[in-house]
Amino acid sequence: MKNQTDSKGLVSFIKDALLWNLSGSIGYQIYLCILVCLMLTGVYGYFIQFKLGLSATNMSNIVSWGFYISNFTFLVGVAAAAVMLILPSYVFNDKDFHKVVIIGEVVAVGALVMCMSFVFVDLGRPLQFWHLIPGIGQLNFPSSLLAWDIMVLNGYLALNALVPAYIVYCHYKGKEPVGKYYKPFVFLSIGWAVAIHMVTAFLYQGLPARPFWNNPLMGPRFLASAFAAGPAIISLVLHIINSATDYKIDSKIFNKLRIIIVSAAVINLLMLFSEIFKEFYFPTHHSQSAMYLFFGLQGHNSLVPWIWTAISINVLGTIILAINPFKEKQIYLLPALILLIVGIWIEKGIGLIVPGLVPSPMGEIISYAPSNVELFITIGVVGLGMFVITMLLKPALIIEKWYEDNHGDHH
Amino acid sequence: MDSDKKKKLNRRAFLKGAASTAIAVGATATIGCKGKNLLNSSETVALKFQEYFKKHYRLMTPDEKKGTVTRLERLAKLNQDITLDIDTTGSRKNVLYGYAFNVTRCEGYMECVKACVKENNLDRKSNTQYIRIFEMEHGQMSPDQGDGKYFHMVPKQGHFYMGVQCFQCENPPCVKACPTKATWKEPDGIVVVDYDWCIGCRYCMAACPYWGRRFNWNQPEIPKEEITTKQHYLGNRQRVRGMMEKCTFCIQRSRKGKLTACVEACPTGARVFGNLLDPDSEIRFVLENKKVYRLKEDLGTDPKFWYFID
Repeated sequence: MKNQTDSKGLVSFIKDALLWNLSGSIGYQIYLCILVCLMLTGVYGYFIQFKLGLSATNMSNIVSWGFYISNFTFLVGVAAAAVMLILPSYVFNDKDFHKVVIIGEVVAVGALVMCMSFVFVDLGRPLQFWHLIPGIGQLNFPSSLLAWDIMVLNGYLALNALVPAYIVYCHYKGKEPVGKYYKPFVFLSIGWAVAIHMVTAFLYQGLPARPFWNNPLMGPRFLASAFAAGPAIISLVLHIINSATDYKIDSKIFNKLRIIIVSAAVINLLMLFSEIFKEFYFPTHHSQSAMYLFFGLQGHNSLVPWIWTAISINVLGTIILAINPFKEKQIYLLPALILLIVGIWIEKGIGLIVPGLVPSPMGEIISYAPSNVELFITIGVVGLGMFVITMLLKPALIIEKWYEDNHGDHH
Repeated sequence: MDSDKKKKLNRRAFLKGAASTAIAVGATATIGCKGKNLLNSSETVALKFQEYFKKHYRLMTPDEKKGTVTRLERLAKLNQDITLDIDTTGSRKNVLYGYAFNVTRCEGYMECVKACVKENNLDRKSNTQYIRIFEMEHGQMSPDQGDGKYFHMVPKQGHFYMGVQCFQCENPPCVKACPTKATWKEPDGIVVVDYDWCIGCRYCMAACPYWGRRFNWNQPEIPKEEITTKQHYLGNRQRVRGMMEKCTFCIQRSRKGKLTACVEACPTGARVFGNLLDPDSEIRFVLENKKVYRLKEDLGTDPKFWYFID
């Protein structure tokens, strides 16, 4: 990076960011190509869905929410988990976390982009989405929890995009960011992170029509699973950055994250156990959904292998992370992190959404598995999220490294 | 349509169209326009463009309501060559509709279902039905224990039948859930959907404890000669894919003082419909003189649909 700090404005910032994003090693170029292919798969899937309507999915009047909303629910948690880096970094001034907080925030932005995309592709009439925009549309606020969710998700996206953008931009210009300009928003975003996940839980929790969801533990459990899976994903990203770039991450950070993950995962498992106890100690008519999920009903048992896999790898991942058998060699914990992430993804995604809707209020039981179109679109959305994270992270880390090398002592 | 209005309509369409053609193309693409000739298709584009930008039904002035009805009727003429009569009659004063279902009398013939499908222009392709009849064994009380897919001679020995449809709750969870206010309870107690305002998120469907709502997963198809042309904006007018719909107590009929199609079709007289605020109505007689009950009272949704036993 050149040192003519005076002539650096917003235009050159964006220009440089684009340039850094497009240039890189052959490996990086191949990686970008793969992301583009993933996104094109999604475009192809959406094209089919747009032509045929949502009948291109395997959803029905009984399972009226499926794979899209499952993934949305999981990713809200990932987005909320950035708070686990923001809190120690900005509030407790933890030096180690300070170096990676921006990565957490960027992962949150990527997760939120995926969340919104999943909601968008789930709409029956996407071209009418402007009906939601206050002013030109009619947002049913504060009555509808979905209206709340739209508001808090957009607010959180703004907070997590603008605060790091400001800090990185200051660093780009070789200046120290002014605390009073961004600190209030940092504190706001901490409360907001909890809010996005509580509101998303309330979306389900607030429906007496669905006994499986109408459960006061939903909100806290969402947070616990989010604070396990989210930091696990951030750890994963940190490992990738550590091995693929020259932005080196201290092993102390991995250990701190590991402790956060284990604590949250244990609380999550406790709450899961509490739920299972309630459903099966004295099964009532309302335990049908749990029965369907864990054992299957009337031969419909497509979810059974999934949920048992989820619980097994959840427990296994938590135990490995808790024991930490490899001590300083944090990279060997990667498989355990992945086990935990996949476990929570199943349990909180399809294992939460589908049984909420089955049996239907009229007692009907069916099986659901996503269609190819749903899988294509999901692949596309994930590609988009990874693309957004990459595009934001690459210039940010170049600037951060440059700033640290040149002005590091100010920190 | 008088020519003056048409001219005005077209000029407005032209001005709007010039402003943002791109969105118009997008809007048209959704519905997929198939004009017979160039003139027709350009009129279709203009009409669909205006339809795309219209307001929420409850915010429309009487003139705007007339405008959208005119456009919808014209579009049906242009694209399907059918003459529609779309009504926007509002609710009358001192009217609150209620419904009662005689469990003893129903013998499961499903004539009501057939009449409902025809009257309300329900999708034949996906076999959408607002009413479901459950075959129950004695001792059962809730339709979720019954058989909703029976296919044999009725009535079956030792069984009774229960009809289920939207219960038009006084405290409807679906209305609370909708993020765009596209569904609401009318003053006469009918829960309606502004089809064109619905974005198809299906949150109302998840919120309904009675499975009273239906979604258009595919583009609905009805043979042209079977379309009921007497329609209501909030009732049986044609839907497109991606919209939520539901039973409206045949709003196009009930607001004209007629009985719903299901009541009229029932061969056993098991169905009672009327004004709850009219002390002389049949529904009031049933509520006062029969032992009535409602489904899932514990949820506090306060349905206006009662079951009774003779």
